[in-house]
Amino acid sequence: MIQTDILIIGAGPCGLFTVFEAGLLKLRCHLIDALPQAGGQCAEIYPKKPIYDIPAYPEILAGDLVDRLMEQAKPFQPGFTLGERAETIIKDDEGQFVVTTNRGTVHRAPTIAIAGGLGCFEPRKPPVERLQDYEDHGVEYIIKDPEFYRGKKVVISGGGDSALDWTNFLADGVASEVTLVHRRDGFRGHPDSVQKVLDLAAAGKIRLLTNGEVVGVAGEERLETLTVKHKTEGEIEVETDHWVPLFGLSPKLGPIADWNLNITKNAIEVDTLDYSTNVDGIYAIGDINTYPGKLKLILCGFHEATLMVQSAFKRIYPDKNLVLKYTTVNGVNGF
Amino acid sequence: MSSIRVTVIDREGTSHELEAPTDMNMNVMELCKSAELPVEGTCGGMAMCASCHCYVESAHAGSMPEKSDDEEDMLDEAFHVNDQSRLGCQIRLEDALEGMVIRLAPVG
Repeated sequence: MIQTDILIIGAGPCGLFTVFEAGLLKLRCHLIDALPQAGGQCAEIYPKKPIYDIPAYPEILAGDLVDRLMEQAKPFQPGFTLGERAETIIKDDEGQFVVTTNRGTVHRAPTIAIAGGLGCFEPRKPPVERLQDYEDHGVEYIIKDPEFYRGKKVVISGGGDSALDWTNFLADGVASEVTLVHRRDGFRGHPDSVQKVLDLAAAGKIRLLTNGEVVGVAGEERLETLTVKHKTEGEIEVETDHWVPLFGLSPKLGPIADWNLNITKNAIEVDTLDYSTNVDGIYAIGDINTYPGKLKLILCGFHEATLMVQSAFKRIYPDKNLVLKYTTVNGVNGF
Repeated sequence: MSSIRVTVIDREGTSHELEAPTDMNMNVMELCKSAELPVEGTCGGMAMCASCHCYVESAHAGSMPEKSDDEEDMLDEAFHVNDQSRLGCQIRLEDALEGMVIRLAPVG
């Protein structure tokens, strides 16, 4: 079991800065994130895009901002549980929170800071009727082990790198039949991968259905047929064992929605005094919270994190007098 | 301050008549958010999330800059895409768009 002072759910910019501010008060932090790396949206969606509204940085790449926040947090030795989603929360006999992830990792802390942004990133699921009935019965949103598809008929949907790469990989003697369905003629993936797909299609090694979209799934107990709506040729039936729609990731609030927190429009209500939620000991900061006048900006998340740790300190050490630390006096003293 | 009128039809089919400033360098995603319409704008307007996917229902498509590769690529990951599909964050509010009608695409 992992014990810490503040358990931070979400390792985006706001969660990472919390480590620094908490560290100044000698509070230790541990972060959980569903993504395999720290940095949240900045690292996952737009690491190479510039951000212009961070004070003192006229321009900084999102990925670089994350790197600097990691460097700033480093003296305070944060722990990380990455690639796991915080799933359940209970309060133990000593009033501490016990949070368990979807992979069974157990964390314990007197305070929780939810810095989950817009939630955890999950595969985007196409709006096809009865799709859920076939999940894990022929429909998968992530290819975990390509061997799973050996000798099988596979249809992949999407036009990005993962759709192209898996098409090329599975067509190379793994699956018995590979079909790639894409909305338009153009592909946005790496030019080499695009060329390879086009070559395989020309050689008859894969079936390429561009200008098409899967609109129907059918089968007795598991997936047997897909209906592809083609722009000019109408509906085409495709027999298959598997369908892998690869449309990227989108954030969902996820299990936090069941933590008995007051939620409005997918955001957690907080008191702006200290960003506390309706559950004593649980705070919410950054894009995931809401209050009158809320602005979803990284800048505002930093401010919220700073005030929040003051309150967390008082909750953890009710008898200690908190003295505001000015880093200008003694610098940053890590653990 | 100059402005145009833009109609945004939400996902329930309700029309919202909005006055949109054209001198604030704003886009349709930002306009929807400031009117508290249910548009997430997850990526902050970088054509990287498709949460502001909408349909341009009036004949204004010709008055807008064409879709960039980034926008077209992102629409590949969206659903319910048709010929009127655009990302709201890529439509800058300009005088030529007076009277424009936008419909929010379903969340998906």
